[in-house]
Amino acid sequence: MASAAVPAAEEATVKNRDGFRLLTGAAGLIAPLALLLLVAVLAQQAWPAITRFGWAFLVGREWDPVHIHFGALPYIYSTVVSSSLALLIAVPVGIGVAIFLAEPGQARIRGAIGIGVELLAAIPSVVYGLWALFVMGPWVFKNLETPISDRLGWIAIFAGPPRSSAMFTAGLILAVMILPTLASISRDVIRAVPGGLKEASVALGATWWETTWRVNLPAARAGIIGAIVLALGRALGETIAVTMTIGNRNQISASLFEPAYSLAAVIANEFTEATGPLHSAALVELGLILIGVTLTVNLIALGLLRLSGLAARPA
Amino acid sequence: MNRRRQLGNAFARTVIYLTALLALVPLGLVLWYTVLRGLPAVSHLDFFINVERPPGIPGGGIAHAIWGTVIMVGLASLLAIPVGVVGGIHLAEYGHGRLANWVRLASDVLVGAPSIAIGLFAYALFVAPFHHFSGYAAALALAVLMLPVLLRTTESAVALVPGGLREAGLALGLPRWRVSLQLILPAAAPGVITGALLAVARAGGETAPLLFTTLGNRFLTLDPSHQMSSLTLIVYHDALTPYNDLNETAWGAALVLLVLVLLVNLGSRFVLRRQVALAGKL
Repeated sequence: MASAAVPAAEEATVKNRDGFRLLTGAAGLIAPLALLLLVAVLAQQAWPAITRFGWAFLVGREWDPVHIHFGALPYIYSTVVSSSLALLIAVPVGIGVAIFLAEPGQARIRGAIGIGVELLAAIPSVVYGLWALFVMGPWVFKNLETPISDRLGWIAIFAGPPRSSAMFTAGLILAVMILPTLASISRDVIRAVPGGLKEASVALGATWWETTWRVNLPAARAGIIGAIVLALGRALGETIAVTMTIGNRNQISASLFEPAYSLAAVIANEFTEATGPLHSAALVELGLILIGVTLTVNLIALGLLRLSGLAARPA
Repeated sequence: MNRRRQLGNAFARTVIYLTALLALVPLGLVLWYTVLRGLPAVSHLDFFINVERPPGIPGGGIAHAIWGTVIMVGLASLLAIPVGVVGGIHLAEYGHGRLANWVRLASDVLVGAPSIAIGLFAYALFVAPFHHFSGYAAALALAVLMLPVLLRTTESAVALVPGGLREAGLALGLPRWRVSLQLILPAAAPGVITGALLAVARAGGETAPLLFTTLGNRFLTLDPSHQMSSLTLIVYHDALTPYNDLNETAWGAALVLLVLVLLVNLGSRFVLRRQVALAGKL
């Protein structure tokens, strides 16, 4: 982000004696310190589990607090699959919305849809969870999962018996939740494509769609991928809506219509009822895995967005 | 231009328009069902006055949750807003250096950190050492969530203020801190307030960081050193019970929460419009 540069005024200040500068700078430093402390504290809390279970933790399939066997693979699998499913559904829609919003003209309609997308981002995740639990899940179960499973049940991902709370339900509600991130950032990226490119394309006789598909989108590629990766980070870390809809069953099943159990959901459900220090440590280690993955994903996204000349925006 | 290309264009345009409408479907459905199923609960005044009652006993309410949310989010705001705004001013006024870039990067990354991880963090720092859950711990967790949003929105609001204002102040011999706090900050106020409102709305809608910090409470307390309830916790817990009346309470609390969050959000949009108008005048 380019700050308001006032070099002349800057030089007028005697830097070393500027207490205001130091004080405000200290306030700003709290953010990176909080981030470092966050990772350090989780690592320290997870340490007993890390030393006890080692790499086996990542590939183990059993989660048994009574016999102190902890393996995170089903949770990692569920988290990755539900988030990928969400991307698969949300990316085409999100980019479509972004293309629509980035167009000039018809300001009123575009403004209204833009506000709608922003409100979608404002709805608390527990409200999405509530709606998905009582309305969307049962509807999906009756009108999508059951008929699909009846006809295409021989395909592993549609195998039954379907459940209202399942991987598919969680993926669908996640898709809704990441849609605003995808749409609003992609819109900014598409808008930032130099006007000359579009004009050249139109001058050559390309239609609106040809210009969009062959000029705008390729020019905005890095930024759009950045938006997708950022949305992936959101989906991976989402807790409450997933906990309420994914079914919370510790298994690895190819079927999308069966319950699963994401990293964040296990932590949310078990942490306050952990049966011993190793159980707590194992749960914190799940949190550490989660934050390690989301931070990496976010860094990649921010890098891509910066490549496309776009400063990342909060929220 | 041949016909096939024209048809393709018309088809693609229709698809794009339909996707834009499709995106609004979930918004409409969530709002509609929350109002529809929340209204029976909120139409009793008891709902806002009483506290939770066991399933099967009518007259339960969410007063404890409303107060819990207000107090915890209020405390978090008291902590995070001054720090975030002051830090944001620093980023905009002095932030050309390397360190400032690290601060920006860290806040952008922190915005995307899963809130459940921040809950674990707050548990380890503010709950475990004291051996009990409290509203204070939850407020600290929420403050960590709010801080990066505040930093970045304040920075962009301050950056919008024309450089002439700053130079005029410095030319009059005002020290830098007075220029920043008395000239720049008031001029950037609408943008800063917008950021603060968005951060408050975000904190108010969070559930995951509260699970391990305040835990919830079935009774009304105004003392943040005790466990507190919150609107989000009520929705979460009551939704997952098998009792119809508690499910109804969950919808009612969700409606109250949604109205508050959307009001704050639309309010922030209104304030921001003033900023843009103001920037035009300067």
